[in-house]
Amino acid sequence: MGTLRRLIRHRLALFGAFVVLIFAVFAIFAPYIAPHDPYRFSLAKKLQPPSSLHPLGTDELGRDLLSRIIYGTRVSLMMALISVAIGLVVGVPIGALSGFYGGVFDLLVQRGVDILLAFPGILLAIVVVAILGPGLWNAMLAVGISFIPTYVRVVRGSVLELREKEFVEAARALGTGSLAIIGRHILPNCLAPIIVLSTLQLASAILWASGLGFLGLGAQPPTPEWGTMLGRSQVYIRAAPHVAIFPGLAIALAVLGFNLLGDGLRDALDPRLKGRF
Amino acid sequence: MLSYLVRRLLVAIPTLLGVTFIVFSIVRVLPGDPAQAMAGVHATQEYIEQVRKELGLDLPMHVQYARFLGGLLRGDLGRSLRTGLPVAEEVWTRFIPTLELTAASLFLTLILGITVGILSATKPYSLYDHASMFLSLAGLSMPVFWLGLMLMLLFSVRLGWFPAAGRGGLRHLVLPSVTLAASSVALVARFTRSTLLEVLRQEYITTARAKGVRESRAIFVHALRNALIPIVTIVGLRFGALLSGAVLTETVFAWPGVGRLVVDSVSARDYPVIQGAVLVIAACFVFINIAVDLLYGVINPRIRYD
Repeated sequence: MGTLRRLIRHRLALFGAFVVLIFAVFAIFAPYIAPHDPYRFSLAKKLQPPSSLHPLGTDELGRDLLSRIIYGTRVSLMMALISVAIGLVVGVPIGALSGFYGGVFDLLVQRGVDILLAFPGILLAIVVVAILGPGLWNAMLAVGISFIPTYVRVVRGSVLELREKEFVEAARALGTGSLAIIGRHILPNCLAPIIVLSTLQLASAILWASGLGFLGLGAQPPTPEWGTMLGRSQVYIRAAPHVAIFPGLAIALAVLGFNLLGDGLRDALDPRLKGRF
Repeated sequence: MLSYLVRRLLVAIPTLLGVTFIVFSIVRVLPGDPAQAMAGVHATQEYIEQVRKELGLDLPMHVQYARFLGGLLRGDLGRSLRTGLPVAEEVWTRFIPTLELTAASLFLTLILGITVGILSATKPYSLYDHASMFLSLAGLSMPVFWLGLMLMLLFSVRLGWFPAAGRGGLRHLVLPSVTLAASSVALVARFTRSTLLEVLRQEYITTARAKGVRESRAIFVHALRNALIPIVTIVGLRFGALLSGAVLTETVFAWPGVGRLVVDSVSARDYPVIQGAVLVIAACFVFINIAVDLLYGVINPRIRYD
């Protein structure tokens, strides 16, 4: 209860949660909210500026930009959720085992993480795309893979701290097995950093997935993906600046929402995490 | 210090080896027949076999890796499938522009980030503070490629102040470096503000003020010196973000750097060039991290490297 109250008192976090909620509503109810079919094109109406019929104008194929951005919420949120899930599902167990058992296994995992972290930011995702080829699913997988080292590091750090705690010793004295200790006693106590990291990673995932789309390495046309839309817009920037403005605004707002929510969650769940994220 | 440097370099060796192994693997783990994938869909059987031979793809894996490493040591990164030029040459000509761009952005990050942060910390909760902290939050959330497009739209398409693309004099450098620096400036400004505010609460600052030291001296001489250590750490850590952001920024502004080379060669499936460019960026990043670590010792003599 205390956590929830602290989160509600955190005005910026509340604003972030509100923004995220709006985007979630857009994603879920896209067919009911979007004024037009995001795929229906009409070359006669290409690159029209905003009007009452097309509130954000039309793109290079005459498709309604607002509808494409609304449907794009689906694509971006899905990509973000799945890639964070990949990082989470692979990174958390590895980090937990590495921190709990230590020794040679930990050493190998940490050197592996060092190697992956030597590819800064989006570069690791680009390497994965170079192997698998461009596309929506491969981009998602690429972003997910590049999140794994961060999860490993964060969870390992928390586990290292927790495994020396008395309740772990008590569990062991009662004859609880190692895996049960990790699953039942240690991981539940790592939830705070994992939740905060995941929220902030959702923001990064939206940035990176749209970045790959912008570079032509992510979702491919005609998928209404925000980054992919921006990539195509650069050609028409003189004639139709609105095509470049609005999809990016959507990305920035969604990222801002998740960042604010993540910051707020961090302060509400555990202020000591401040230095770590 | 010297022994620390040697130890750091030794620890970097397995990391670098791992990086070379991943880069080496890029080609070998391609789905299907790597030689076919590299030669392209329309390649003749002869050409595919030629690619296979040239890259030694028919040899056992460990022999291939040994050859790859041997080539690296001789500065031989293979030949571009697209242009036929040596990869090392292509990467090298692209390296200087990237260095120019990241250095300019790092400079902006240091100057702007720290200045904005100091001004915010000296007048906390003022209008200026709120405005600059909100702006920096926006800077952190904006995708770098979109910021680039918007700056291009405003300053080159509309106002015509700066060129929209390409590399040339200082005027060409302005928009790309501001674009690339934005998120780092934002982060450093926020971090400088919070670090300085924390230091300003310490007792020795109260003491300094009590004995009548001017406020500006208390901030710039007494407080800043101690706040600077974590700040420089953060700036150093931003280098990875700058290198990563350069990939996107260079694409927006048609800047002829390594980042753009990576993107172009991924699109063209020019694997030897992908390998060379990725390897250079990662190696740079590893060495910069070591340099940042050493820098702490220079600005903070309390750190002992043992």
